[in-house]
Amino acid sequence: MRRRVEEKIFKFLMIISLIFVFGSLLLILATVFLKGLSSLSLNILLKTPKGGYYLGREGGILNAILGSLVLGISSTFLSFLLSLPIAFYLNNFLKRGSNFALFVRFSLDVLWGIPSIVYGAFGFTIMVLIGLKTSLLAGIITVSFLILPIMARSMDEVLKMIPSELKEASYALGANKIETSIKVVMRQAFPGILTAVIVSFGRGIGDAASVLFTAGFTDNLPTSLFKPVATLPLAIFFQISTPFPEVQKRGYASAFILTLIVLLISIISRILSKRFSRYRVR
Amino acid sequence: MNWRRLKDLLASRITFFMTCFPIVLLFLIGFILYLKGKPLLEIKSIKDILFSSSWHPSNMEFGLGSFILGTLWVVTIAVIIAVPLSVLTAVYISEFAPKKLKEFSKPLIDLLAGISPVVYGLWGIIVVVPIIRDYMIPFFNDKFPFFPFRSENFTGFSVLAGGIVLAVMIFPIIISIVEEVMSSVPFEMREASLALGATKWETVKYVVIRKAFPGIIAGVILGLSRAFGETMAVLMVSGCALNHIPESIFDPAYPLPALIANTYGEMMSVPLYDSAILFSAFILLIVTAIFNVIGWSILLRLERKG
Repeated sequence: MRRRVEEKIFKFLMIISLIFVFGSLLLILATVFLKGLSSLSLNILLKTPKGGYYLGREGGILNAILGSLVLGISSTFLSFLLSLPIAFYLNNFLKRGSNFALFVRFSLDVLWGIPSIVYGAFGFTIMVLIGLKTSLLAGIITVSFLILPIMARSMDEVLKMIPSELKEASYALGANKIETSIKVVMRQAFPGILTAVIVSFGRGIGDAASVLFTAGFTDNLPTSLFKPVATLPLAIFFQISTPFPEVQKRGYASAFILTLIVLLISIISRILSKRFSRYRVR
Repeated sequence: MNWRRLKDLLASRITFFMTCFPIVLLFLIGFILYLKGKPLLEIKSIKDILFSSSWHPSNMEFGLGSFILGTLWVVTIAVIIAVPLSVLTAVYISEFAPKKLKEFSKPLIDLLAGISPVVYGLWGIIVVVPIIRDYMIPFFNDKFPFFPFRSENFTGFSVLAGGIVLAVMIFPIIISIVEEVMSSVPFEMREASLALGATKWETVKYVVIRKAFPGIIAGVILGLSRAFGETMAVLMVSGCALNHIPESIFDPAYPLPALIANTYGEMMSVPLYDSAILFSAFILLIVTAIFNVIGWSILLRLERKG
């Protein structure tokens, strides 16, 4: 009898916890969408802030939307150029159980855990060393460092799942490692690699602490690599703390757009990973 | 040597150098931050920096004590809230939940992990802070006016607000690691326990949780490390009062990462100021790196054994 009661109590506690966890997620989404939808208008989406992002009561967040997209896409691309070869090298060029691969994976995991503010401080220090001002370029480099471990490690996990028989078949036909990597493995792993890319994009676009020092903020649209650029997370951060409701609205709208992007990314990656498992060779 | 073989050789060399990059980056970050923080270490002892709470950059006093304590308060609250909730949730999802719920929960957890920290902060300002200000502070001031609930701060921007927001942010990390570790416990072990007459819960308690225990610890450590370094969300809700050591969950706190984010504008104006800030970043780096090394080593050992 006592055994049953204990089981009941714990099951009850677990369900309560589950409700708390998913409830808080739903609460966050509901808050952002309700606040965001009521502040959203074409004006906000298609104009840059007039009279300063902190004080000006008119205009919108186009500077931050475009800035975030440019910064996110460029840093994702830069990070991709490094991540893909790393994942290929770890899985196709090295022997299984190699200590070097273990060490690299471990470094990537540790890098993944380093707070983004540390990347921000690091990027800022490098900028000062080479004489670069807060700019789009500095932001791109810092964010690409930030998402490198996420992307490389996710691609690595995808490539690990490619059956070795597939590679062996390709080697048996006389293909060498790079040919096998690009023509066989890449094709097989494509949906998984794409998932890794867009998930990293989502992380990069949502992070504020790393771009605070490096990309800065501006009212203008991104036009040059060497000028500061506005981003959505910082648009939320700066505009929410003003006393003016009109300016706060821009912050809510930015949060809505940013969360919408994250939501889309999570849906797309879901579809892609289903596709990945469907085409998997068993 | 023909062209194809040359291409293969070239590719393997180039990708090898690229693969070295993460290791180089890790050491470079540590080295540069240390180098920048060193001028401060030359005039102050480590003990002075870490334990003194007097932060007056214009008087050349750089005691990080109050910020470190601020971080500890917020992280402790976050862990107290997040660990039981997320471990219980993970146990439920992995062992008891119907298949539908199990499939449904993973994308939701991933979504929770992907939401921008600033959006969490926004949620904290709109929802958590008002609840604390309007309901919790009056209630606790009335019923429990003693440590750790007594406070002179009635704004709601507090240790508790930071702790709650952080707790929600580390749910997904702990849940996904614990769930994965529990799912990797071999099915035969459960069957053996059930066959001996144990109930489902007893099996979970004595077999699955015991077997997955190191993994649960690793999940908690990695969650802790994330909470330790989280900046923007905490900065937005925990009040940030300078030279103030929190003595209650309703007091404002000024965590270390928030200090770095807040003072960047003035960093260059006072000598040694930037050195102090970058030394704080170095502390964050070392602490999170240690947590991560411990956490991932545990998970790696589990994976090898299993």
